[in-house]
Amino acid sequence: MAQTCAVVGIGQTKYSATRGDVSMPGLLREAATRALEDAGSGWADIDAVVIGKAPDMFEGVMMPELSLADALGAVGKPMMRVHTAGSVGGSTALVAASLVQAGIHRRVLTVAYEKQSESDAMWALSRPLPFAPPTLAGAGGYFAPLIRAYIRRSNAPDHVGILVGVKDRENALRNPYAHLHLEDISFEKVAESPMLWDPIRYLETCPSSDGACAMVLTDEAGGNASPTPPAWIHGTAMRSEPTMFAGRDAVNPRAGRDCVADLYGQAGITEPRRQIDMAEIYVPFSWYEPMWMENLGFAPDGEGWKMTDDGSTSFQGDLPINPSGGVLSSNPIGASGMIRFAEAALQVRGQAGEHQVDGARLALGHAYGGGSQFFAMWLVGAAKP
Amino acid sequence: MRDVAVVSFAQLPNTRSQDTRNEVEMLMPVISEAIEGSGIPRKEIGFTVSGSCDYLVGAPFSFVTGLDAVGAWPPIQESHVEMDGAWALYEAWVRLQHGDVDSALVYSFGKSSLGPLRDILVLQLDPYCAAPLWPDSVSVAALQARAWLESGHDESEMADVAARSRRDAKTNPMAQLSGDGDPGTLLKEPYLVSPLRRHDCPPLSDGAAAVILAAGDLARQVSERPAWIRGLDHRIEAHGLGVRELTTSPSTALAGRKAGAADVDVAELHAPFTHQELILREALGLGPQVTVNPSGGALAANAMMVAGLTRIGEAASRIMDGSAGRTLGHATSGPCLQQNLVCVMEAG
Repeated sequence: MAQTCAVVGIGQTKYSATRGDVSMPGLLREAATRALEDAGSGWADIDAVVIGKAPDMFEGVMMPELSLADALGAVGKPMMRVHTAGSVGGSTALVAASLVQAGIHRRVLTVAYEKQSESDAMWALSRPLPFAPPTLAGAGGYFAPLIRAYIRRSNAPDHVGILVGVKDRENALRNPYAHLHLEDISFEKVAESPMLWDPIRYLETCPSSDGACAMVLTDEAGGNASPTPPAWIHGTAMRSEPTMFAGRDAVNPRAGRDCVADLYGQAGITEPRRQIDMAEIYVPFSWYEPMWMENLGFAPDGEGWKMTDDGSTSFQGDLPINPSGGVLSSNPIGASGMIRFAEAALQVRGQAGEHQVDGARLALGHAYGGGSQFFAMWLVGAAKP
Repeated sequence: MRDVAVVSFAQLPNTRSQDTRNEVEMLMPVISEAIEGSGIPRKEIGFTVSGSCDYLVGAPFSFVTGLDAVGAWPPIQESHVEMDGAWALYEAWVRLQHGDVDSALVYSFGKSSLGPLRDILVLQLDPYCAAPLWPDSVSVAALQARAWLESGHDESEMADVAARSRRDAKTNPMAQLSGDGDPGTLLKEPYLVSPLRRHDCPPLSDGAAAVILAAGDLARQVSERPAWIRGLDHRIEAHGLGVRELTTSPSTALAGRKAGAADVDVAELHAPFTHQELILREALGLGPQVTVNPSGGALAANAMMVAGLTRIGEAASRIMDGSAGRTLGHATSGPCLQQNLVCVMEAG
């Protein structure tokens, strides 16, 4: 049976368009060092390292775990590299957690990153696969039709996406690590920003960021001995479904619904909106907040937008979503999922500083990727499960 | 630890090129064969995990299309490592230790034919100092071979490995290269990159492989002679070629010790270059009584991201077919044996 696992260390870099002052190993080491310091650990205490990032082509480095081994203190240790598209930051944390949950290691370092300034992700995302139908439109081009389908289905008013764009950028002002600190953000400013992929406006889109996020995961004894409050893992789940399948609903994917059902089952959650205190979810384009509210069971089908519209998901709302500013404010792609997991853990540890949600005891971390087909989630709590 | 075994293994015949067959077309027959061979209904497989590398295709997310070969509907528990499939097998083994999942499908695929592999592998190297110099993968291996020869070895030892591998591959219908060349003749061949001759290097291969793992009673139920995993460990070394001792493989030695790599009958070693087999044999303490690479090994077929998983599959097959009692499968990753995995399996 799975062992108890806890998050005892979290480290992030300041997300920005260009971290020209560090190499890729330097960037990861910065996040890892901060996570170790937070955990009160040294490199020698780590038994294994699990890293994750989005496709190698984003930086042009093939299998980067090889050249990162030294910088992450992995020499002589087991080291793995996870890659599950946009959900990778979450999946990486789950693989790292499973090493503890399986009783194989006592203390695992996990790091996810992207250094987009050394790359061109838009180009890499638009490379055609041999013998496959090309989309050649980047992520926004892929998701815009799904958003239009959601709006048509739910009759959501046009301004909902704009509200998310404003809310997450306002939240980011409380988070020192966030990439975008748009002091003058306003409804008008988002509404008047250029339309990129109808209905997605420029300010309803995630930025392109450099950054890394790291966590130290440990077993029950390690969590008990932690000098700072640990975040205890109450559930972990991942699900995938195919890209090419006429029967799939890409607007409200079954893989996401199955994944969260598994998660809630593990943690005994029957009324998610009431029992869960806050969530960090993967919203790279504003409309994905209301869409995921439904997929995650926080709102009935067709009514996710009402939670955004009535302020329930705001920092002061009854279910704050992305108080860190979310993916809309910082998007080092490969790390974005892990940042959601780490921010959920920060909240239940009471260590989220200016963007701390009062009384956050149980929090959801969520990541998705591919054509809305890969999902990774965890639930973390202040109390031991 | 929970008892977990390999209960089924399938692979595509290794070829120089799969031409226009895409990942899905390469994987579908292999995955179906492995699942049918396991006797476990496809819908009951608890976890799926794959290994592959985008740089072989030259496009991101190649594993995403590969997933279409699995028939992932209703949605499945699934993951992917951008590594050789042997590490995917490691992730599956870890997942099976949780107790809530009893079986796993592990698969990997690689098409080396799509680009100039020797140059593509340069992109594995440190991107700031080493890669810009474009040392290709065979030249990097040649540096290691030179260091190994200068530590007191002879080129004839390498030729012996090549001759034996090609000879053994004659009985492996999945191998790409086989033959009867004797070591003396091989040594008269010209160098490709000194001190490596063509037969000291692996062929360029396209391939795919799939393994089914099952835990405890399920394994006993579906297989008469499961290959029980008794130890599984992997370790990495520093990347820089100048900061490690290239003539030995400390990460293999450590992984072998952790996995309990003693007293095996058969070892399938992922040694793409002849001298690397000899380095690995020494690191694992394999004596002359151990049959090494009866399949012909990576010198007979070396589909990138597949060859390591294939070594585990071949080593497991020797147990499942009753020809061995305790075997070892090994996988390597990175330049000059930087990262190594050892899987020890046993009958009964």
